[in-house]
Amino acid sequence: MIETQPNRVMYGRTLVELGEADERVVVFEADIAKSTNTYRFQQRFPHRFFQAGVAELNMVCMAAGAASAGLIPFASTFCVFASMRACEGIRTSIAYPRLNVKIVATNAGVEIAGDGVTHQGIEDIAIMRAIPNLTVLSPSDPVTTRLATLAIARMEGPVYMRLGRQPAPVLHGENVEFVIGRMIPLREGQDVTVIATGNMVQEALGAADALSAEGISVRVLDCHTIKPIDEEAIVRAARETRAIITAEDHNIVGGLGGAVSEVVAERHPCRVFRVGLRDVFASSGRDSRRLLAHYQIHAEAIAAAARRALLA
Amino acid sequence: MRISREQIAFLTATAARLRKNIIRMILKAGSGHPGGSLSAIDIITYLYFHHMRIDPAHPGWPDRDRFILSKGHCAPALYAALAARGYFPEELLWTLRDIGSLLQGHPDMRKTPGVDITTGSLGQGFACATGIALGGRILHKDFRVFVMVGDGEIQEGVVWEAAMAAAHYGLDNLVAIVDNNRLQTDGRTSEIMAVEPIEQKWTAFGWDAQRINGHDIEKIDDAFQQARTCRGRPQVIVADTVKGKGIPAIEDDPAWHSLPATAAELEQFLADAPREVFE
Repeated sequence: MIETQPNRVMYGRTLVELGEADERVVVFEADIAKSTNTYRFQQRFPHRFFQAGVAELNMVCMAAGAASAGLIPFASTFCVFASMRACEGIRTSIAYPRLNVKIVATNAGVEIAGDGVTHQGIEDIAIMRAIPNLTVLSPSDPVTTRLATLAIARMEGPVYMRLGRQPAPVLHGENVEFVIGRMIPLREGQDVTVIATGNMVQEALGAADALSAEGISVRVLDCHTIKPIDEEAIVRAARETRAIITAEDHNIVGGLGGAVSEVVAERHPCRVFRVGLRDVFASSGRDSRRLLAHYQIHAEAIAAAARRALLA
Repeated sequence: MRISREQIAFLTATAARLRKNIIRMILKAGSGHPGGSLSAIDIITYLYFHHMRIDPAHPGWPDRDRFILSKGHCAPALYAALAARGYFPEELLWTLRDIGSLLQGHPDMRKTPGVDITTGSLGQGFACATGIALGGRILHKDFRVFVMVGDGEIQEGVVWEAAMAAAHYGLDNLVAIVDNNRLQTDGRTSEIMAVEPIEQKWTAFGWDAQRINGHDIEKIDDAFQQARTCRGRPQVIVADTVKGKGIPAIEDDPAWHSLPATAAELEQFLADAPREVFE
């Protein structure tokens, strides 16, 4: 039985599961194994665990080389460092040659709170989804984090997956069908659709509950795959409901909101309201929930956007 | 076993032929990097025609030795060697940089048979090579990994991140070559960003370093033979070379890092004097 836990913890546990099943799975780390939870793999498989030290670009390039030799490398660090410090390594040495490297980056979004801007990954979805050949994932809960980790190990090709730091409640049944590139419907609804990713999926459910009490019927989709984006689910939402709200712990520029807007603009125009960090750098915060609320990245903001959408 | 006179003569003649192909393919492409291709070609010829365990009929053979041209802009040198070694027909050389060509402006492991790692962003190929060497050890393979960097390239920070890692993991299956032609795009390396003393930097990072004349086949052979016997540490061969080597008109001239707008000088050179320079 899977219980509430940070998705990074579930990732570390699933890595061990993968390590047992396939000797080709190796893990690269850049000196934050306790935080990314790759230490769990290190304890079980010390000879298949490699520290790059504080050197993220070298870490992803070494992982690329190891993949070219036939291994299945996972490489972990924080979203900020993976998507920016190591960005060109991911682009040119992994994505371009389609090497089988899985970049799993933790501490997504402003949710991490205390460490502040330097450690808040708020641009990684935008940056990573602009890179050809790369699959980009952002699971919401421990169940889908486990399934996503298993799925990316099975697929051949480069992946970037972002995970949050804070405890994540279980939102999905353990037998949920997880398919890369297909959103998971969590609530059916006719008035408005909320497409959420990562830690915002639970907030979307909270918003749906509040709106339901007001007689507003909300469709909630868990968008665990940012790329390839599930165009059909977006077009259906645009067609069948009056507006789309996107919700992400990420800058509203170029992230999930951008990805959804691109699809509706091309295929079925409808109003899109983006909930997320509104193109500013956030502050530190002593409490994650309070910080998200301060920047209007929470259930209340999603509900407010839905009400605005229905008035429009 | 020391390299024989016949082998040296063969490699010298082969390198001369590859020099011509390098110039011809760059002229045909209309752009490219002749200077660094010519400084690197003697060592590349030695590796592909004498030293490495490879099988051109099976470029993906898992147990093959790898060569990573981390200074990927010198792709013409690599392509000339791969074609001559039989990885693909020589005619392909004349498609360099054309739309859809198997020979991209910088080496592409998914397009060109024999290219072991995609390179072109300086420093990253070297870090990838370190990962291959580490991977070989985990997989209990005895292949060796050769990686060539430029002297300008070692200004990139990731080179030293990877150098530190290679020594930390004791990767004695890894041999780096610094093609020290002392020039980079904007001028003399010593003036742009000095990299000397080069061997001391590598030894401080935990590598065994040798320094040789990178155009002397006998010295090249000595250095790679010695690197083969060393255990427990990665090996670097700092090769002093001449940019544009083989064409006196462009030797040691920073203007020829990449092809100048008018290539008339090279055209003239190929037309007039191939014999005396290429022997």
